Amino acid sequence: MSDASINASRAYEDEASFGDYFALLKPRVMSLVVFTALVGLLAAPVPVHPVVGFCAILFIAIGGGASGALNMWWDADIDKVMKRTKSRPIPAGKIEPGEALAFGLALSGLSVIMLALAANVFAGAFLAFTIFFYVVVYTMWLKRATPQNIVIGGAAGAFPPVIGWIAATGSMSVEPWLMFLLTFMWTPPHFWALALFMRSDYDDAGVPMLTVTHGRRATRVHILFYTVLLAVLAVGTAFSGIGGPIYLAAALVMNALFLHGAWKITRRDEDDSEADNFKVERSFFKLSLLYLFLHFGAILAEALLKPYGLGGW
Amino acid sequence: MALRKEHDVHKRRSGLNKGVGISLAAFVVLIMALTMVKVTSNSFKFPDAQGEQN
Repeated sequence: MSDASINASRAYEDEASFGDYFALLKPRVMSLVVFTALVGLLAAPVPVHPVVGFCAILFIAIGGGASGALNMWWDADIDKVMKRTKSRPIPAGKIEPGEALAFGLALSGLSVIMLALAANVFAGAFLAFTIFFYVVVYTMWLKRATPQNIVIGGAAGAFPPVIGWIAATGSMSVEPWLMFLLTFMWTPPHFWALALFMRSDYDDAGVPMLTVTHGRRATRVHILFYTVLLAVLAVGTAFSGIGGPIYLAAALVMNALFLHGAWKITRRDEDDSEADNFKVERSFFKLSLLYLFLHFGAILAEALLKPYGLGGW
Repeated sequence: MALRKEHDVHKRRSGLNKGVGISLAAFVVLIMALTMVKVTSNSFKFPDAQGEQN
């Protein structure tokens, strides 16, 4: 076998598959976007044709995925340093940064235009703003500049239910902003718990996470502070137009568990955490995923039961 | 040198090509369905008809 054919064979092995391009869209984040946008769309008091609704959710998901691709393009340098992200398509050498940029820009344009055509121009414009916020405000500006990066940047991940609502109604009201606040206030404790047990990753990459800039003790206190605020907001939402008895029951149970978890995190010191390999922090992180899913699931249940006279108050 | 028909690169790229093909076909079907829904809805009006009303 000649050197040329060996090199060619290696080049083919590094070729991107369809799955690598799909991975650029951050499918896990996209699943959260799809779910919360769907809840926003179905909780809206205006019925939407199933095909229009499907298209709206699909293009919101593609817009979210596009911003994920642009995020990976910009963050390729730190992604290759962090254990959690070094197998992503760009640091793994499967996709060139320029390809990811083109892919992200093309899908951004496609999703915004198609959402405007399928639903309404307001929804399309709001999706464009969300992509701009995630890519420019969070990824390019805040992420490497301030330890409050995920607090402010978390807004980008909280916009999908608002876009879903606008896609259905063409207008804004208080309810979608309550869903926005739910995700917005949930993001800091969720990511700071992750930062506690992925410490070296953010240290190595030089990302100014709260754990790096203010220390781990301060991060634990911040988690409790945001969890208390989140609990007040989450339970209060039960008495709004999107709430009801099902939501209230879910909110009371989940917030009691979440507050208990945050309290345990605050009471622990580093020796405790090192001793059990961050067991409490890891379980809090897992609980946070269930927390958001059940809150939005309860809002969805209330909305779906309303036509039968069961949902809401 | 031209690639043989059974060259490894064909196998490697077939997954990507099929994925792109299926995605494009699904997009065409989706646009078709969306168009049908839009033009058959009660709120749909042809641009000329809108112009006459104005």
